[in-house]
Amino acid sequence: MPKSKFHVVTTVNGDSVEFLCEPQQTLLDVLRDELHLTGSKEGCGSGDCGACSVMLDGRLVCACLVLAVEANGHSVETIEGMAHGDDLHPLQRKFLEHSALQCGVCIPGFLVAAKALLEKHPDPTETEVRYWLAGNLCRCTGYDKIVRAVLDAAVEMRTG
Amino acid sequence: MQYESPQSVDSAVSLLAAGADDARVLAGGTDLLVQLRAGMIEPALVVDIKNIRETREIAREDGGFRIGAAVSGAEIGEHAALKEAWPGVVEAVELIGSTQIQGRASMGGNLCNASPAADTVPALIAAGAVCRIAGPGGQRDEAVESICTGPGRTSLAKGEFVVSLYLPARPPRSADAYLRFIPRTEMDIAVVGAGVNLTLEASGECSAARVALGAVAPTAILVPEAGEALVGSMLNEPDLERMAAAVRAACHPIDDKRGTVEYRVKVAGVMARRACGIALDRARSQ
Repeated sequence: MPKSKFHVVTTVNGDSVEFLCEPQQTLLDVLRDELHLTGSKEGCGSGDCGACSVMLDGRLVCACLVLAVEANGHSVETIEGMAHGDDLHPLQRKFLEHSALQCGVCIPGFLVAAKALLEKHPDPTETEVRYWLAGNLCRCTGYDKIVRAVLDAAVEMRTG
Repeated sequence: MQYESPQSVDSAVSLLAAGADDARVLAGGTDLLVQLRAGMIEPALVVDIKNIRETREIAREDGGFRIGAAVSGAEIGEHAALKEAWPGVVEAVELIGSTQIQGRASMGGNLCNASPAADTVPALIAAGAVCRIAGPGGQRDEAVESICTGPGRTSLAKGEFVVSLYLPARPPRSADAYLRFIPRTEMDIAVVGAGVNLTLEASGECSAARVALGAVAPTAILVPEAGEALVGSMLNEPDLERMAAAVRAACHPIDDKRGTVEYRVKVAGVMARRACGIALDRARSQ
C-alpha cells in the first residue's frame, strides 16, 4: 500500500527538523506552509526565477523543483539562516547600503545565491557574478546595484 | 502519486515494471517537477533514482568515464579529469539552465526528457557515448542516438531506465566541442546545437570525426556524412565546407518563434564549422 504521508527527517539551518508531507508537495511548499519559513518565495514555480533559492547539501537549488520528501536525510539552508540574530551577513548589509532592492521579493533568492557564489569564488569578476546570478530574476532594480553590492561584499569578506 | 526511492537498480526496475504505464523516473527533477506542477503529467508512480549508488558516481572505466545518470551538472563541471578528456560534453552540460538548475539537472534526465533541443544529447552522440539501461530483462548498452525517438519519446521499454552513460577512452590528439545558438547569452533553449568530436593523426590528418546536431529535427541527430567529409582530410576550408553542406542537408527543423527553417539550416552549418574549429584547436594543442 503506497504511503500517503511521508515522515521526513532533515536539517534546516542547522536545526534538526521533522515533518509530514505528501509526495507531490515541494520543498518550497513545506518550508513556507508547514515550517513557516516564508523568506523563500514562489515566483514562477518552474525553476526560472530563483526566488526560492535554497542550499541542499551545500548545492544551490530551486526549492520549487525539489520534492519535500527528497530532503529526507539531507541538509537545507534557507535565507532565515543567513543573519545571526540582529547581526546581518555582509551581503545583507551591502544590499541595504547599495539600495540593491525595491519590492524585495527576489532578494532572499539573490542573497542565498550570492552567498553560495562567494563561498566558492571569494573574488569573482563582475562577469562571473552576472552569470552565477543569471537564474535569479529581478524585475525592479535592473541588476546593477545587486551586482555592485555582491562585489562590495566580496571585498569586505576577503579583507575582513 | 506514489513516491519511491529505491536503493538498488533491481528494486527500481521492479517498481517501474510493476507500476502503471505512466510511471516516471525522477533524477534531478528540473523537467519532471515542472511537468508535474503544470499538470502536464499525473503519474501514479514516481521512482527517485538518486539513492542508487550507480546513478550518482563518476568513475574511470577501461580508460573512459562512466557517469551516473543522476550526477548533477555542477558535479560534472567540477570533475577536472572528465573536463580535460571531454570538454565538449562538459560544456554542453554546463550550458543547461542556471546555477540553481546545475545543482540538480543530470545527463540522464536531459537525455530521457527527449527534447529535440537538449544540449547534452548532440554532444553525447558526437562523443559516441553509450547508455547503460537496466530493465526486467537485465542490463543492456545502447548508443545515445538510439534513445530518443521523437519529442518527449524514448525507446525505453516499460520497467527500463538509464543507469549511467559511458564515454569511451580517448586516442591521442582527440577533442570535442559543443556550441549552441541562442539569441541571448544565457538561460535559453537552443535554436540550433552542434557537437563535433575529432581525432587527428600525428600528421594532422583527421582519422575519425562525428558530428551531431540538436534542435533541427524531432530528435538530436548524428550526421554520418558530415563526419565522413572530415575523415582523411587536413580540415582545410573546402573540407569544412563539405562538412557544413552535409550538416545543412541533414536538417529538417520546425519553423517557430526561435527560428525559421531557412535560418536554422544556415545556422546549423555555421555552428558545426565553429564547433569543429574549437575541437580542432583543442586536439592540436595536446
